[in-house]
Amino acid sequence: MTRVLSGQEIAAQLHQAFPEAVVESKGDSVWVTPEALGQVARHLKETKGLEFDFLTGVSGVDYLDYFEVVYHLTSISNNHMTVLKTRCYDRENPAVPSVVGLWQGADLQEREIYDLMGIRFEGHPNMKRVMLWEGFQGHPLRKDFFERPNPAVEASP
Amino acid sequence: MTLKTEPILVNIGPQHPSTHGVFRMRVAFDGEVVVDLEPVFGYLHRGSEKLAEERTYTQVITLTDRLDYLASMTNNQAYVLAAEKLAGIEVPLRAKYIRVIMAELMRIASHCMGIGFFLNDLGAFASPIMYMFREREKILDLFEVVCGARITYSYMRIGGTSHDLPEEFLPALKRFVKEMPGYIDEYDALLSENEILVARTKNVGILPAQKAINCSATGPVLRASGVPWDLRKADPYEIYDRVQFDIPVGVQGDTYDRFAVRLEEMRQSVRIVEQCIEQLPPGSHIAPDLPALIRPPVGDAYGRVESPKGELGFYLVSDTSISPYRCKIRSPSFINLTALRDMTVGWKLADLIVIFGSIDINMGEVDR
Repeated sequence: MTRVLSGQEIAAQLHQAFPEAVVESKGDSVWVTPEALGQVARHLKETKGLEFDFLTGVSGVDYLDYFEVVYHLTSISNNHMTVLKTRCYDRENPAVPSVVGLWQGADLQEREIYDLMGIRFEGHPNMKRVMLWEGFQGHPLRKDFFERPNPAVEASP
Repeated sequence: MTLKTEPILVNIGPQHPSTHGVFRMRVAFDGEVVVDLEPVFGYLHRGSEKLAEERTYTQVITLTDRLDYLASMTNNQAYVLAAEKLAGIEVPLRAKYIRVIMAELMRIASHCMGIGFFLNDLGAFASPIMYMFREREKILDLFEVVCGARITYSYMRIGGTSHDLPEEFLPALKRFVKEMPGYIDEYDALLSENEILVARTKNVGILPAQKAINCSATGPVLRASGVPWDLRKADPYEIYDRVQFDIPVGVQGDTYDRFAVRLEEMRQSVRIVEQCIEQLPPGSHIAPDLPALIRPPVGDAYGRVESPKGELGFYLVSDTSISPYRCKIRSPSFINLTALRDMTVGWKLADLIVIFGSIDINMGEVDR
């Protein structure tokens, strides 16, 4: 059975190395500041006993007040997992550091979030749209996205 | 002295018989050798995640059917597990067994298609896949008995399944389970030692274990690289802790290993179904007293299953309304493509097609 490391456990671990990184911890999740994300991710991947060698998934959620980027991390060698989250309050130009350097599996997933949610991942080598075409206006998974009226549909009776 | 030629850029797809749907590879060739590759997709993007935000929790099940349309049952299962985790719904034991039977049958059907199309790409045109279609047909017939549909089942429900097993199902399933190992042996005898298949796939497109883990590869792609990581064993859901089965792993992660792992997994799936038939308990197929509209408490949950293609996960966020606030799909086909470039650079055009076929992607799931 995969053991779920609670947010408090991870937060206690992180508190020694990065006293200012942890924002909150609740349930199975720990929130860190976007600035510290890169260091925290490296710590989680490389520290003995944690060894989160496998990035299960990256998700973006739009809470209107802020964007949240959620990293589901798994350690295949120790069979445990945790959830790392970070909040981004800038709605005009949201950005968080990329983790592609640590886990290559983030490559397409970060591009997808950029495409559909409009969060830029700084340091990603190929930050461009992946599902929609270049030139598409807006980011559809944002909660304030409304499709522009289609002139062809409007014109038909 | 080595001769260098001017690299040439070739678009393979989006309309190409070996790209398994509308998928494009932008490949730079030096002569016949791949020097760079970029996957281009999105042609089948339907915005499933956005659509899910406007449907009730039960209605989203129909959207999951249309992700990996060769394995709709496991898509249903991944979603309902996530929704049950979010809403805290207990599932009756019988329903869990029924779901596992369906998921394992689906795995056999999906691997049939995976291997069949892989051999198609290899040049064994249409013969192996017709054998595979023969068995898949039997599985689809079984599903039709259960829920009336052959591709888009929507059979699983939050809290159980939509129907109990009809009385003609179990005898038909027993007959299938009895004859299927013979068919798998037949594939094995026809294919596994075939000279052309071995020559074309052994040592081709090697994905080392460390690279596979780093690229978040899952499913047969990861296991072929020698990593025994299967969620059914590593994090047993439903009743996988009550049945005996092995996880086949490959030796070095080449194209042949990916084929061999799928073939062996079909045998293990038959084994699981056999045990489920023996252990199948009486009882209800769905949890009692479920509300008509499910309103989970505020929070988020991540539910995952080992789908035929890899780890399929749903990350659901609830704000207590009747539809998910966010429904993120972690699709294995999409993420397994991350490693495509590393697997193919340095190989020739003909190998590229074979390596790509061995990942077994499904465009419905890649583009969502």
